Amino acid sequence: MQFPAELRYTDTHEWLRQEGDGTVTVGITWHAQERLGDLVYVENPPRGKAFRKGEECGVVESVKAASDIYAPISGEVVAVNEELTSNPEKINQEPYRAWIFKLRPSDPGELQTLLDAAAYQKLIEAESH
Amino acid sequence: MPFIPHSEADVRTMLEAIGVSSIEDLFDEIPAALKGARLEQVPLGVNEMEVLRLMQERAEGDGRYLNFIGAGAYEHHIPSAVWQLATRGEFYSAYTPYQAEASQGTLQVLYEYQTMLCSLTGMDVTNASLYDGASALAEAVLMAVRLHKASHRVLVPATLHPAYRHVVRSIVSNQQIELIELPYCTDLGTMLPESLARFDREAFAALVIPQPNFFGALEPVHALTDWAHQRGALVIGAVNPVALALLAPPGRWGVRGADIAVGEGQPLGVPLAAGGPYFGFMACKQAHVRQMPGRIVGRTVDVDGKPGFTLTLQAREQHIRRSKATSNICTNQGLAVTAATIHLAILGSTGLRRVAHACHANLLALLERLKEVPGVRRRFASPVFHEATLSLSAPVLDQLCDHGLLAGLDLREHYPELGNAILVCTTETKTAADLERYARCLSAALSAAAGPAAA
Repeated sequence: MQFPAELRYTDTHEWLRQEGDGTVTVGITWHAQERLGDLVYVENPPRGKAFRKGEECGVVESVKAASDIYAPISGEVVAVNEELTSNPEKINQEPYRAWIFKLRPSDPGELQTLLDAAAYQKLIEAESH
Repeated sequence: MPFIPHSEADVRTMLEAIGVSSIEDLFDEIPAALKGARLEQVPLGVNEMEVLRLMQERAEGDGRYLNFIGAGAYEHHIPSAVWQLATRGEFYSAYTPYQAEASQGTLQVLYEYQTMLCSLTGMDVTNASLYDGASALAEAVLMAVRLHKASHRVLVPATLHPAYRHVVRSIVSNQQIELIELPYCTDLGTMLPESLARFDREAFAALVIPQPNFFGALEPVHALTDWAHQRGALVIGAVNPVALALLAPPGRWGVRGADIAVGEGQPLGVPLAAGGPYFGFMACKQAHVRQMPGRIVGRTVDVDGKPGFTLTLQAREQHIRRSKATSNICTNQGLAVTAATIHLAILGSTGLRRVAHACHANLLALLERLKEVPGVRRRFASPVFHEATLSLSAPVLDQLCDHGLLAGLDLREHYPELGNAILVCTTETKTAADLERYARCLSAALSAAAGPAAA
């Protein structure tokens, strides 16, 4: 369950799910939350702001580290997960359900540049050597 | 943590393990010509007896003065118990005591300090201190710009201490922050409302409000705070901690309260000591805590459920966040803050209020007495705390100094437009006799300057 096949991934450990209405949902992977440790704070990107692919758009903070979240593709933030304000630990408990923000993509072509589950798994295995 | 030196046997064992015969051998990479080279300009040492004698002669040469100068560093009485306790080895020589497993006592003192400062400033969270008031203000400016996110402009009144303006400019000007100086009202010596009008439509991130300001005058903090908040900007209060015993604290300025409060903590149990070390305090609203720099101590329970103290919110700090940290600071002014905490614990809020009352009463008494001295007038009409700006008919500070009186700070350097003006301060250390001496000496100096024709 660490690499759900229906998701897409970045090499900066975000996952992305395409929704029926054209938006995409973004979170961080099991691997990311495991390395960070217990999360204590999530700084969401502001709603309505547009980001370019790879641009820093938020921060996840644990007791020992603060890590940037990068926009996996270019787009405008249409929703953020308010639950994470008081319960950031949901990302540790269910990283693929505790989404962080949703984007409306400005360039759907960019979706091709993301890794699939198999490629992301290979990346993780390579990193741990 | 105790200091446990190595014994001769420990040293020998280590040298054997390394494979050298002496400690000097470990420095063999350093060219022989550089080792132990004589410093040509430095005289040979003198012994302790000679040093003490030299220092005594120098100190007597300095003379003794009756001090009426404030301007950012204030002479207050420090109860003897403060430094008797603060110089205990556990406090005095503790080395970066932030580890929860080794420094519960120190962490508790810092937590108590933070609690007292929150109470004094009326704010939600305080850090464990910064270096001094001026750099604390610079950190507050950086913090406000980070929080505001949209504008990089900060309004700084000319009534703010010139050294603070200089320090803030030095620290923030290379970070693309524009400091806009606001002129003061020449009658009141406080911020000029007309100068703010231009910002009704121009964005800015924060307004700095000194209270009291450098002239000793009290700014209209409630109106200024509400005005800035209505324009979507933050409010930074730069305050005197003793004055807070009598004045509305920053947390209660305007409708919403100031966002950040900073100031110089020296008046709380730290001696003048020729300029330092002092400490800067910083406090903010709960919502802003993740952008506040500096150490923060929190109270929690350990794995067995026992209460304890630890550094918290460390992901703001540079040892974790690195270049994205809220500041490069990763320390605090531990010893100064320990003294301040003991000082405040001994005085209590009642004692601090009595000190503040005495400072204020002394100033009012002095100003009343000076009404009878020709050639002296109050320059500004605003209410004051323990400092006031006086216009003099002639520059007489040097003559007064020759008579052992430091009568005030000469304002000509930083505010030449005020002419012969001085900033005078009275703390609780001044007696009625001191005030009388001030009035008589000033009167004599001014008539002497006016010449025999004026008598």
